[in-house]
Amino acid sequence: MIEGVLFLVLMSCGLIFGQIAEKRHLKSLVKRELESNSLPAIASRYPVDDQPYQQHLVTGGVVIASDYFKSFTAGLINIFGGRVTPFESLLDRGRREALLRMKSNAQDLKADYVFNVKLETSRIATGRAGAIEVLAYGTALVSGNDANNAPTIDSSSTNIAASGDRAISHRSVGNASAINNGGIDTTESSET
Amino acid sequence: MLISNLEILPDHKVVRHLGLVQGSSVRSKHVGRDFMAFFKNIFGGELRGYTELLHESREEATLRLVEQAEQIGANAVLNVRYSTSSIAAGAAEIFVYGSAVEIADRD
Repeated sequence: MIEGVLFLVLMSCGLIFGQIAEKRHLKSLVKRELESNSLPAIASRYPVDDQPYQQHLVTGGVVIASDYFKSFTAGLINIFGGRVTPFESLLDRGRREALLRMKSNAQDLKADYVFNVKLETSRIATGRAGAIEVLAYGTALVSGNDANNAPTIDSSSTNIAASGDRAISHRSVGNASAINNGGIDTTESSET
Repeated sequence: MLISNLEILPDHKVVRHLGLVQGSSVRSKHVGRDFMAFFKNIFGGELRGYTELLHESREEATLRLVEQAEQIGANAVLNVRYSTSSIAAGAAEIFVYGSAVEIADRD
């Protein structure tokens, strides 16, 4: 009896809050996609070379969870087979969000293009239920005459860590030195 | 150090190939985060704690890649790829690899 009530509560929570969250997310995705349309993200492996560009690896990632209603419905569909629409929309939203985050990182660098965009999806195990991680990454091309943005390619070895950090992320620069020290140990042990 | 997932660089030429370099990192969040994630699985939505975790993890893996490339005397890593796999509940491995090369300006 109690289990039945709990199940109904969970289902309705998932249905109501899940739907609200999904609608809101889709709305914001459409809005931000329109705003970021000026920056082309291209899957081509061959960059344009009409002028000198500086290159930066840009990434955008998101972990997105399914709700109880979706998980349950997906379980039901699994019995009969067919399109698992609840998860399709989840993956779609995850990918679009990851791409937008990558683009916004590229826009922070004032990039003109993002080339060789790759999308990578993986399942993150959180107990029984499903959460997916989507990572979008690509090479941002920043036009060369704007030298303030970016470290040059022939930077000396002393600022390697700093320039690498700036290229990868601009959010948590403070962690760089700590991470870097950890990195030295590991590389040494993997060399031996 | 130039890190790029392109295979060719406009304006530059590859002088020397130095082989594959890699970096990996396995991380997990404290139980509180996992507990919150459990709740999020009822309501749906983004798991910010895990997004953050994977972001930090990716940075660490990339820095290890850079360290390794630096040690073998490379000045660029090309064709970089990321991959993620979940090892246990609440822990994820981020793996990054690419080819270390020495590049020079094309005259």
